[in-house]
Amino acid sequence: MTITLKETDAVVVGVGWTGSILARELTKAGLNVVGLERGAKRMPRENFTIPSVRDDLKYAVRQELFQDTQLETVTVRHSPGETALPIRRLGSFLPGTDLGGAGAHWNGMTWRWLPSDHKLRSHVTERYGKSAIPDEMTIEDFPVSYDELEPFYDKFEKLCGVSGKAGNLRGTKIDGGNVFEGPRQNEYPNPPLVRSMAGEIMDKAARSLGYHPFPAPSSNASETYTNPEGLTLGACEYCGHCERFGCEANAKASPNVCILPALLADQRFELRDYAQVKELVYDKAARKVRAVRYVDTRTGEEYEQPAGIVVLGAYVFNNVLLMLTAGIGEPYDYRTGKGAVGKNYCYQVSGNGIGVFFADKEINPFMAAGAHGVLIDDFNGDNFDHSGLGFIGGAWIQAGPTNGRPILTRPVPPGTPRWGREWKQATAKWYNHAFGIGASGCNYAHRENFLDLDPTYRDALGRPLIRMSYNFRDNDYKLAQYLGGVLERLARAMNPTIMGKPNVKRGDYNVVPYQSTHNTGGTMSGTDPKTSAVNRYLQAWDADNLFVMGASVFPQNTSYNPTGVVGALAYWSAHAITTQYLKSPGPLVHA
Amino acid sequence: MTEETIPRRRFLLGAGIAGTAVATGLNQTEPAAAQAPAAAAPAAPQPEPLLALNETEHAFVVAAVDTLIPADELSPSGSDCGVATYIDRQLASAWGGGAKSYRAGPFRKGKPEQGYQLALTPVEFMKAGIAAANEWSRKTYGRDFDRLAADKRVEALKAIEAGKAEFANFSARAFFGRLHAMTMEGFFSDPIYGGNRNKASWRMLGFPGLPATYAHLIDEYRDKRYVAEPRSIEDFS
Repeated sequence: MTITLKETDAVVVGVGWTGSILARELTKAGLNVVGLERGAKRMPRENFTIPSVRDDLKYAVRQELFQDTQLETVTVRHSPGETALPIRRLGSFLPGTDLGGAGAHWNGMTWRWLPSDHKLRSHVTERYGKSAIPDEMTIEDFPVSYDELEPFYDKFEKLCGVSGKAGNLRGTKIDGGNVFEGPRQNEYPNPPLVRSMAGEIMDKAARSLGYHPFPAPSSNASETYTNPEGLTLGACEYCGHCERFGCEANAKASPNVCILPALLADQRFELRDYAQVKELVYDKAARKVRAVRYVDTRTGEEYEQPAGIVVLGAYVFNNVLLMLTAGIGEPYDYRTGKGAVGKNYCYQVSGNGIGVFFADKEINPFMAAGAHGVLIDDFNGDNFDHSGLGFIGGAWIQAGPTNGRPILTRPVPPGTPRWGREWKQATAKWYNHAFGIGASGCNYAHRENFLDLDPTYRDALGRPLIRMSYNFRDNDYKLAQYLGGVLERLARAMNPTIMGKPNVKRGDYNVVPYQSTHNTGGTMSGTDPKTSAVNRYLQAWDADNLFVMGASVFPQNTSYNPTGVVGALAYWSAHAITTQYLKSPGPLVHA
Repeated sequence: MTEETIPRRRFLLGAGIAGTAVATGLNQTEPAAAQAPAAAAPAAPQPEPLLALNETEHAFVVAAVDTLIPADELSPSGSDCGVATYIDRQLASAWGGGAKSYRAGPFRKGKPEQGYQLALTPVEFMKAGIAAANEWSRKTYGRDFDRLAADKRVEALKAIEAGKAEFANFSARAFFGRLHAMTMEGFFSDPIYGGNRNKASWRMLGFPGLPATYAHLIDEYRDKRYVAEPRSIEDFS
């Protein structure tokens, strides 16, 4: 039997970055907010402590902080004609769980999109003509411009205390920063992290080729920093245990460090952990979500929580699942191109890299931070001329290890066997003398890459699993091939003792090796309710009190790690809710 | 064959000591400078109580990890570093029993890119794989894998790795993949899990372990080797 609870002003589903930001902004506006988190209440003071937080096997390999696939996963197939099978063990991507979500175990790369990324379709069409976009490439403009989002990028960067160097301050280009970025009103809140040896080598090589190297925009605080919430981050220890780990120094920005201590102290906010949201109660005639049903996984008891406003702050797959199972919006049909929910699922063309080995240089890969490299953006987005290349988009390119943890990081020169005496010798010889140059490529939408409900497999609550139909496409392979050439040029300019062959994305999408936890799309934002799921304020077209957060609103994926954009959009949407929606609840955009 | 009559665990102990002798022999042919303390002979291996594996399976794992990680001047052998113990304990852990993996059917054979699609938990998978490997070894060499000479073990593992060894109803390559992954985990993980005894692999690499706080060192040690006695979780507990 479902127990119906007393109505609250707002409920947020999932208490990670976006759930925390929305809950904080709505409570500040005077609303009572309930946060439903499927996992445990995890806070750094109790959970991320030395020595246990430095357990490479537990966190990096056995996936301590990630979603329990036994309970929920997705199925995958390469094309609509195939049978999808479940991802039985996480590999390619690693969604988080517990309070703070993936915001606790990310690396901290904090980007803004390029101004051209915000209006991709029209930008490409204007520069290269309509024919540059193949029919099956369903890319779109994002309905919020760079200039509109700029103050919200700034707000999220201040929340996180991002360390970096501006390359475009109010239109003035600055050497040493990313000169390709859009104009920023303010410098980063903190100076860049201390450059590593690998970063030095990259900086020199990139400059010798005429490129524009800059330090990673990093939510690993270079200095002790107090954010506008009055919460303090510690300084990064360069411990080399960042991605997949919690931060014991409180230097990596996370909801747990940057917002939750303030939010949890606010009487207007109530956190319910072990609360797994099962479904949305949708009133189609009124175009409202009336309530959220969830299960307390400690008791098995089911509750219905009525709310005036519902915010979806789960990961991409659960945002899409909850909309599809509630029947909110039209499900996407790849055959007709109609419908929007599940459309334009995108990923990342990552896994492109090249190894460089230096007999006479000491790299000390274990002295590293999560977002610590030296990068170039010369081959990103539309920062270079694509005429005649046969593809659009690009990649950020980075050098510098994020760690020297030996279970997963021990580079050996190409041709080395995987085991035995020769392998051991090479492993010992090169461990401290090597690093990789990597490229994270954009992934543009394709008509047959989408999410829907699996007809066969179910989760622990009995709901269908999300079915992913996905593969890399011609644009991706051509981009990867091109990046291989750039990586080779950079590697050669470093003058290494040995360099590998560039490893570029080939073959079908594979769920086994880790690539990136940058899954996007499925509830895309747009200007037309027929072709998008939410409007520019992330308000569902078909339920005006439902706001959908996170990268599921992206029409396509840029090369950039999504968190910076996701955080900015959360503030953007919260601003629209508190300044417009609360005064006059209803659609914020009239189609 | 007399060795067939020796109880398996006693036989293994003997093999372990012989392995150490071989390693020492190798050391003597190396220049003195190469004889780093990392290669110090390990304490005589003690039989560890087994949690998941039986004696036959354990003998296979010992022979395999000693082939993948042979004793030399860089480190003791895989089993002398505790890697077989690590594998046994991991297979007995929640992970070995299938925790955090989706195990609802139907189970269908998929494409390799769809990942693992068997109903077997890691412990079941490894046991079935060891049985298949030994069966293949008996058919090919006339005896179980752990009773092969060192050069034949290398040959056999190469055949298994490449998928050239034809296992009955089992993927040799998939088995090797799991065996290799677990061996590397055991060799390089924190010693609390039973492998990497005496932090042998960390010494071999120059990985300093914990506490890993380098804010005060990263500038000073740019392009300079940082040498420190490696410390593990136990050293802080």
